[in-house]
Amino acid sequence: MLALTGVVVAGFSSILTGLNFIVTIHRMRAPGLGWYRLPIFVWSLYSTSVILVLATPVLAITLMLVALERIVGIGIFDPKLGGDPLLFQHLFWFYSHPAVYIMILPGMGVVSELIPCFARKSLFGYHFVAWCSVAIAGLGFLVWGHHMFVSGQSMSAGLVFSFLSFAVAVPSAIKVFNWTATLHKGWIRFDAPMLYALAFIGFTIGGLTGLFLAALAIDVHVTDTYFVIGHFHYIMVGGMVTAYFGGLHFWWAKITGRHYPEYLARAAAILIFFGFNLTFFPHFVLGYLGMPRRYASYPPEFQVWNVLSTAGSTILALAYLMPLVYLVWSLFFGRRAEANPWGATGLEWQTSSPPPTHNFAETPVVRRGPYVYSGPEPVPQTVADA
Amino acid sequence: MSGLRANLLVWLALLVLLGATTGGAYLPIGRFNIALALTIAAIKAALVLIVFMRLWEGPRLARVFAVAGFFWLGILLWLAGGDYLTRHGFPPG
Amino acid sequence: MPRSVEASAIQFVTLAQQREAATLGIWVFLATEVLFFGGMILGYAVYRWSYPEAFAAAGRHTAIVLGTANTAVLLTSSLTMALAVAAAEARRRRLLVLLLLATAALGCAFLGIKAAEYLKDWHEHLVPALNFTFEPRLAGPAELFFLIYFATTGLHAIHLTIGIVVMLVLAARSRHDRYLGPRSTTVEIAGLYWHFVDIVWIFLFPLLYLGGRSG
Repeated sequence: MLALTGVVVAGFSSILTGLNFIVTIHRMRAPGLGWYRLPIFVWSLYSTSVILVLATPVLAITLMLVALERIVGIGIFDPKLGGDPLLFQHLFWFYSHPAVYIMILPGMGVVSELIPCFARKSLFGYHFVAWCSVAIAGLGFLVWGHHMFVSGQSMSAGLVFSFLSFAVAVPSAIKVFNWTATLHKGWIRFDAPMLYALAFIGFTIGGLTGLFLAALAIDVHVTDTYFVIGHFHYIMVGGMVTAYFGGLHFWWAKITGRHYPEYLARAAAILIFFGFNLTFFPHFVLGYLGMPRRYASYPPEFQVWNVLSTAGSTILALAYLMPLVYLVWSLFFGRRAEANPWGATGLEWQTSSPPPTHNFAETPVVRRGPYVYSGPEPVPQTVADA
Repeated sequence: MSGLRANLLVWLALLVLLGATTGGAYLPIGRFNIALALTIAAIKAALVLIVFMRLWEGPRLARVFAVAGFFWLGILLWLAGGDYLTRHGFPPG
Repeated sequence: MPRSVEASAIQFVTLAQQREAATLGIWVFLATEVLFFGGMILGYAVYRWSYPEAFAAAGRHTAIVLGTANTAVLLTSSLTMALAVAAAEARRRRLLVLLLLATAALGCAFLGIKAAEYLKDWHEHLVPALNFTFEPRLAGPAELFFLIYFATTGLHAIHLTIGIVVMLVLAARSRHDRYLGPRSTTVEIAGLYWHFVDIVWIFLFPLLYLGGRSG
């Protein structure tokens, strides 16, 4: 019951966060900062906020109903009391499927910042990438039933949800193609943030296996197996955590005013990539062969794959510890950072590192789009056309 | 004071509609009772939204989010409802 | 209230921007509230569709006279609220305070009638889990109906109570022209919330009170 209260409180904080972002992005942009001059990161946060605002209240009310059911002992969801557990699942997944987009969309936004900066090229298909964030947020609300394919919901509902789940793959794929096209003929620099961004594109395999799971027939075969574990971790850890590290390294100098040690960071990024794949790729094989999730033991023929996965997780753990150590070290001993160490174009790079309390001494006037890179020299957003 | 007349008229309309919905509930028209009741409720809500809450005078974005709230509720009812309408063996027993 | 009437909060450039941000914020919040109540509406719809007979029988046991009167009270409070916003914009401070207090009073009247209704339900053994007896054949789903009835009306009453407190605070703080003219946004936003709580009731009333009346 305490846990339910906690989730409801956290839910309201999510709602208020989303509300704050939406109002800020609509009403408080700098002069000249039109919608198509916003960084993609802002577009993705806007889409995330829409999900936060429209999905979280349903979770809050669902948990309140669970609490009510337990207090009075009258069945709403509990089949023992005459309730319908699928009603809980519908309400729960109405929030919880969009919630995975709450997690991944900011990651996609970060990667859209990193790739143009380190490929020294403007983002390919800016409008498409921007609107794909919004499309993912919208379509993400129509697919929750794919978590319930084997739960006993009707076959017709399963078919509809399966079809709609394929639809949400389209905007995600558009983004991946646009990132790849941005790299094409770029002046690519392999700094640590870029390594993370490239790893993120590599983890598209998580999205691809999502299509397997969206297909009704295959899902019945792999439901509750390690295949799902592999898919989920490729998206959440391989995707989101990687993007998080990429963003953290990219903006570290801006946030703290100190540089992190670049070569250690690159080593960590590469180790994370290998450790991660070694840990989670075997899960796809195990799942396809039928190893169920949530069991500690398994038949001997699964031994090899499980050993590989364990070895990978050890590498991954060590690789994760590295940034923890060197980032803390850099807080005290890192080289002082200048305002714009990456030669990036975004507004945030035109104030000091770290920024003063009100971000800008004078409100900047924005005169161009966020990714005007022509070769190695960036053109900041506040510079007027010649 | 602006809008006094419009506000009073809408208030009267709301009370008339309240009478209509309560009265209409006793008409023996079977499943159309709920349809009638919800239609009247929707009209009442629209009156409150448009006149009392001045939705059409305010910023366009307010309309977008007002519609979004109901639209997303529609998604919830539509997709979850679709499952119940096509599921076999529900309700149990 | 030393700040001048035209000044905005620090993060805004102009008062107009502050006003737009505040109005947008409350509309987004109300959209979340639609979905908050919406989860319960889905539960209601599913079980009404599953147990039509029991829900009709249970619906007939709600207090329709009190419920209808209460709806009228709440609709009237929305009128006084709308007029309060107009009074704030027209810079008529005394009228504003009067209308805010009238709105709060009507809200209290609603809660009073609601309490009388709950008491009546108790005497008729319609309170789930604590005091419930019903025709045995339909008792299970009927009890579920009354659980939903108490949950939705209770949640609505909590929202209304918050609204009443807001009205009283606004009325108490209305000195020094704080909410008049260009600063009437605060009253307007409180009003939008109040009207929304009214809209919730506009839908709860036919769902809870009018089912099964013609059968």
